[in-house]
Amino acid sequence: MYLIPSLIMFGCGVYGFITRKNMIAMLISLELMLNAVDINFAVFNRYLFPNGHEGMFFSLFAIAIAAAETAVAIAIIINVYRVAKKVDINQITKMKF
Amino acid sequence: MEILNSTIYVLAIPLFMFLFLGLVGTKMPRKITGVIGVLGMAVTTVLAYAIAFTYFFGEGPQKIDGVYQQLVPTDWTWLSFYADKLVVRLGVLLDPISAMMLVVICTVSFMVHLYSLGYMSDHDGNPEKGFQRYYADLALFTFSMLGLVVSTNIFQMFIFFEMVGVSSYLLIGFYYGLQPANHASKKAFIVTRLADLFFLIGILILSYYTKTFDFINIMGKNGGEVMNAFTSAQGLTFMGCSVTGWALTFIFIGGAGKSAMYPLHIWLPDAMEGPTPVSALIHAATMVVAGVFLVARMFPLYVLEQGAMDIICVVGAFTAFYAAAIACTQSDIKRALAFSTISQIAFMMTSLAVSSADGALIGGHEAGLGYMASMFHLFTHAMFKALLFLCAGAIIHAVHSNENSKMHGLHKFMPITSIAFLIGCLAIAGIPPFAGFFSKDEILVACYEKGLGWGLWMSMVAGMTAFYMFRIYYLIFFWKKHEVHGEHAPKDQPWTMTVPLIVLALISCVAGFVPFGDLVTWNGQALETHMNWPVAGASVAIALVGIGLATVMYRKENPLPDKLATMFKGLWTASYKRFYMDELYQFITHKIIFQGISKPIAWFDRTIIDGFFNLLGNVTNSASWGIRKMQSGSVQGYVSYYIIGAMLLAAITGVVVLCI
Amino acid sequence: MEIFSNILIYFVIIPVLTLAGLALTKNKGIDAIRAVAVTGATALVALAIYLVYIFLKARGLGNTDDMILQTSVTWYEPLNIKLALGVDGVSVVMILLSAFIVFAGVFASWKMDPLPKQFFLWFFLLSTGVFGFFISVDLFTMFMFYEVALIPMYLLIGVWGSGNKNYSAMKLTLMLMGGSAFLMLGIIGIYFHSAPEGQPLTMNLLEIAKNDAIPHNWQMYLFPLTFVGFGVLGAMFPFHTWSPDGHASAPTAVSMLHAGVLMKLGGYGCFRIAIFLMPFAAQQLGWIFLTLTGISIVYGAFSACVQTDLKYINAYSSVSHCGMVLFAILMFNHTAMTGAVLQMLSHGLMTALFFALIGMIYGRTHTRDIREMGGLMHIMPYLGVGYVIAGFASLGLPGLSGFVAEMTIFVGSFEHQDMFRRVLTIAATTSIVITAVYILRVVGKLLYGAVQNEHHRSLTDADATERISTATLIICVAIIGCFPNFFINIIRDSFDPVVKALTSVM
Repeated sequence: MYLIPSLIMFGCGVYGFITRKNMIAMLISLELMLNAVDINFAVFNRYLFPNGHEGMFFSLFAIAIAAAETAVAIAIIINVYRVAKKVDINQITKMKF
Repeated sequence: MEILNSTIYVLAIPLFMFLFLGLVGTKMPRKITGVIGVLGMAVTTVLAYAIAFTYFFGEGPQKIDGVYQQLVPTDWTWLSFYADKLVVRLGVLLDPISAMMLVVICTVSFMVHLYSLGYMSDHDGNPEKGFQRYYADLALFTFSMLGLVVSTNIFQMFIFFEMVGVSSYLLIGFYYGLQPANHASKKAFIVTRLADLFFLIGILILSYYTKTFDFINIMGKNGGEVMNAFTSAQGLTFMGCSVTGWALTFIFIGGAGKSAMYPLHIWLPDAMEGPTPVSALIHAATMVVAGVFLVARMFPLYVLEQGAMDIICVVGAFTAFYAAAIACTQSDIKRALAFSTISQIAFMMTSLAVSSADGALIGGHEAGLGYMASMFHLFTHAMFKALLFLCAGAIIHAVHSNENSKMHGLHKFMPITSIAFLIGCLAIAGIPPFAGFFSKDEILVACYEKGLGWGLWMSMVAGMTAFYMFRIYYLIFFWKKHEVHGEHAPKDQPWTMTVPLIVLALISCVAGFVPFGDLVTWNGQALETHMNWPVAGASVAIALVGIGLATVMYRKENPLPDKLATMFKGLWTASYKRFYMDELYQFITHKIIFQGISKPIAWFDRTIIDGFFNLLGNVTNSASWGIRKMQSGSVQGYVSYYIIGAMLLAAITGVVVLCI
Repeated sequence: MEIFSNILIYFVIIPVLTLAGLALTKNKGIDAIRAVAVTGATALVALAIYLVYIFLKARGLGNTDDMILQTSVTWYEPLNIKLALGVDGVSVVMILLSAFIVFAGVFASWKMDPLPKQFFLWFFLLSTGVFGFFISVDLFTMFMFYEVALIPMYLLIGVWGSGNKNYSAMKLTLMLMGGSAFLMLGIIGIYFHSAPEGQPLTMNLLEIAKNDAIPHNWQMYLFPLTFVGFGVLGAMFPFHTWSPDGHASAPTAVSMLHAGVLMKLGGYGCFRIAIFLMPFAAQQLGWIFLTLTGISIVYGAFSACVQTDLKYINAYSSVSHCGMVLFAILMFNHTAMTGAVLQMLSHGLMTALFFALIGMIYGRTHTRDIREMGGLMHIMPYLGVGYVIAGFASLGLPGLSGFVAEMTIFVGSFEHQDMFRRVLTIAATTSIVITAVYILRVVGKLLYGAVQNEHHRSLTDADATERISTATLIICVAIIGCFPNFFINIIRDSFDPVVKALTSVM
C-alpha cells in the first residue's frame, strides 16, 4: 500500500535525474529517489520484521546523511555556478578528461 | 712410411699461410708477403712431390703385390652424429689419384704463386693493392683443393667443395671495386652452390642407405658390407628409378657444377674476370676438375649404376661439343680458353662414363681404361691449360686487354710466350709427342670401345679443339702486324713470369711419357695399355685437319672468316652469344625468382600477414575508440545505461524464472 | 641459505647486482656506467665458462642425471610453486651463448646516447630474464623470467630505437604478449594435469615429465597452445612479422640480444616444455608445425632476397634460420635436435654479429638502404671483412658455425623414416642456395663495387670497442665451426629423455 507512492517517487526521481539538465533539478530528483528508498525501508521493516526497528533507524540515518549530502552538493553547485556562471551539466565540461 | 704420414703438413702449411698472411700480412710490406707466400708454397710442393714419389715408387704398405692400396695416415673425428652411427672425419686418404692430384695441384699452384709475383705488379715491379689478400686467398684455395683431393669421406669432400667455392669466389672478386668481377664472383658462387645443393641431397640419400660417409668403406678392404647395403638399396625405387641412381645422379650434378658441365657451365666464362693466374690455377687446372675427381672417387659405386653413368656420358659428350662450338667464335682470349677448358673437362667426364661399358667390377679390368685415361687427361690438361692461361696472362699484362683485336702479330715482340703458347696448343690439339696426344688418345680408345658413335663424336670434337686453339694462336701472334699503342711495345715479361711458362711447357712436352697405366687405375692394379694405332692415327689426322683449316683461315689477315661469319650469320651469332644460355639464366633468376617468387612473397608478407596482425591491432583500437564514447563522464548517461541494464536483467530473470 | 650454494643462482644474481651497481652510478658518469656494465658482463662470461667446466666434470664423473645442479626452494606453498634450478647440456650451451652475446652487446652499445644508465639498466634486466629462463626447471619461474625478458624490450625499442619505433615496439610487445597469453593458458592447463589423481599438483618440469599424467586428449589442446606461444618468439610462420619491424627499429645491442638470445627462448621452450611434456600430441600434431616451419625456412629466405634495408634482410634471414631450429626440433631424433641446438648457437652468434656490424655501419653512414651504399670495403675494411665473415657463416661455409648446424640438421632430418618429412627436408635444403643469393647480393651491393656516395669516403673504420665486440663473436663462430664435436658432446645426452618419451608414444 505504501509502496505505490514510493515507487512513483522513485520513478519520478530516476526520470528527473536522467532528463534534467539543471544541476539543482537533478539534486532534487536525487532526493526524491533517496526518500523513496527511505519509505521503502520503513515499509519493509514494518511488513517483514514488525518487532525490529533497524529499518526505521536506517531511514532516519539516511535522512540525516541526505541532508548533509545535499548541503555539500548545494555548496558545490553554488561554487560551480560562481566559476562557470551556469548550472547546466552539459555545458560544464571543463573537468572532463 | 714416415713421409706418407706427414701428408697432413701438405695441408697445414697453406692453411697456416692463409691465416698468417690474412691476419698479419696487411702489416707487412707487400713484396715480402708475396715472397713468403711463394716460399711456403715451395715447401709444400717439395713435400707433396716427396709423398707422391714415395707412394708410387717407394716400398711400403702402400703397394702390396703390385696393387696400390688406400692409406689413411691421418684421421680425426670432427663431427659425430648421434651414437657414432654417422661420423664425419677429417683425414687424409692416400691412393693413386689423390697422390697424383697432390702433384698436379702443388705444381700448378707453385707456378702460379711464382708467376703472380710478376703479374700482380705493375711494369716497374711494384705490387698492386691487395697483394697480401691475393696471396692469402691463393693459400686458402690451395689448402681447400688439397683437402678436397685427400678427403677420406664424401662429407669431407663436400666441406672442401664449399671451401674451394668460397676461395674461388674471393679470387674471382679480387678486383671487387669493378662491377663485372663483382657479378662474376657472385654468379660463380651461386651456380656452384646450386649444384652443391644436389650434391648434398645425394649425400643425404646415399649415407642414409649405406650408413657411412667413408670412401674406404665404399671400396676398400671392408667394402663388402657397404656394397651390400648399396646393392640392396638399388632395389628400392623412387619415381621409377632406383634410389641409388638418384643419389649418384645428384652427386654427379654437384660435380657438374664445379666442373662446369652443361647447363651449369655458365659461371666459368664469367669467372675469367679474376686475375689471370687465378684463372690458370682455379678455373683451368684444379678446381674445375673437382667434379671429375668426385666421380672418379665414387667410381666403384658409379659402375654399379649404369643409368647414372649414361647420364654422365650424354652430358659429357654434349658439353664437349657445345663448348668447342662456342670456343670457335669467342674474341676474348680468356673466354675462348675457358670454353676450351669446359670442353676438355667434358672429355674427362665422358671418358669416366664410358669406362663402365662392360661392368668394370665383373672381372672387366680392361674396362677401367676410360678411368685411367680420364685421370691421365686430367693430369696433362692441368699442365698445358695452366700453361696456356699463364701465356694469356703474360700477353694481357703486356697489352692490357683481353680482346684479340688488340693483339695480333705479337710473335715478334714476345717470342718466348709465343713458343710456349704454341707448345700448349699442340699439346691440347693432340699432336705427338706432346702430352695431350697420349691422354686424349686413351680417351678416344675408351670411347670407341663403348661404341662407334661415341668414338666418332669425340673425335670430331677433338678436331674442333685443334681448330679453335690454333685460331686463337694465330689471331694473337700472327694475322697482321701489331699496332703499338702507348709508349711501351709489348715484350716478354720478367723472369718470375717466364720461368713458370718454360717449366710448364717442358712438362707439357714430356708428361705424355709418364707410364700412367701402371700408376693410376681405378683398382690399384697396373693396366696394360697399348697404343691403338688406327685410333691414334685418325685422331692425329683430324687434329691436323683442324690445324690446317685454322692456318688457312687465320694465319694471315684475309676476309675468309668474315665471309663465313656472314654466310652462317645466325649460327655464328648464336655461338658468339654462347647460345643465349646466359640470357636464359638471367631470365630465370631475375624474372622468375626475383620478380616471380621473392617479390610476391615479400608483398604477401607485408600486406597479407602483416596486414592481418595490423588489422587485429586496428580493430582493437577502433573498438576501443567506439566504446570510449560511452564513457562520457555524464552521470545521467551512466544512470540511463544502468537503468536499462537493470531492467533487462530483471526481464531476463523473470523470463527464465517463468520458463522454469 | 641452501640456494646460494648453487652456482646457477648467480646467473640471476650477477645481473641483479649489476642493476644495483648501475642504479648507484650518476646519470652522467658514463665511465662508471661502462665499468659496471663491463664488469657484470665479464663476470657472466667467466661464470658461464666455469659452468661448462663443472658440467663436463660432472658428466665425466659419471653423473647421468637428466639435469645437474638441481636445487629447489619453495616459493608459494599453496600452488606448489618453487624456485627450481637445474641445467642439462642444452641449457649450459644456451647460457654460454647468452653470456657471450651480453658481453658483445655491452661493447656494441658503448656510445649509447641518450640516457646510457637507463639503457644499461633495462639491458641487464632483460639479461636477468634470459638467464633466469635458462636455469629454471619450474614452469612458473620459467614463465616469470620469460616475461621479465620480454617487457624491457618495449622500452628499449621505444626509447632508444630508430625509425618507426613506437609502432615497432608496440607491435613486437603485443605480438609476443599474445604468444604469452597462449603460453600461460598452456602452462595452467599443464599444471592441472601435472600429477595423477590424488597426488599434489606440481610445476616442476622433471616431475611432470616423470608423472606423464597429462591425458592424451588434453595434450591435443595444450600442445598447440604452448608450441604457438613459444613459436611466436621463435618467429614461426605466420607469427613472424614482429621480427622485421622490431629488429629494424631496435638499437644495435638490443637487436643483438633479441635475435641472439631472446628468439632462442622460443626454440628452447618448444623443446623443453611443449615437446618434452606432451610427446603424444607432438607426434600427432607435429606435421602441422613442421609444415609451418618448413614454410618459414623457404619463405624467410625468399623474402630476404628483395629487401633493401639491411636490418630487414637480416630479420627475414632470422626467420629462415630460426625456422630451421623449430623444424629440426620437430624431427624428434637425436641428430636433428642436436643440430637444432647448434643452429641456435650458430644463429645467435652470427645474427648478433650481423646486427652489431649493421649498427656500426648505420652509425657511420646513417642509412641502412643498400641502394644508397656501395664500395664500403674500400673505406672500412675491418667492418667489411667482418660482414663477409658473418655472411659466410650465414650461408654455411665450412669452418664457421652455420655449416655444422645446418648439416647436422639435414642429416638428422633425413634419418627420419617418414617420407613426408624427408621431402620437407629436401625442400628445406634449398634454402642454402637462396641464402647464398641474398647474402651475396648484399655483400656485392654494400661492400663491393665503386664507392656510391662520396661523403662516405671520410668515414672511419671500427674503433677498439667495436673491434672487441665483433672479434668476440667472430671467434666464437669460428670455434663452433672448427670444433663442433666439443659442443655436440655437451648437448647430445640431453635429448635422451625427450627422445625416449617420444618413441614410447609411437
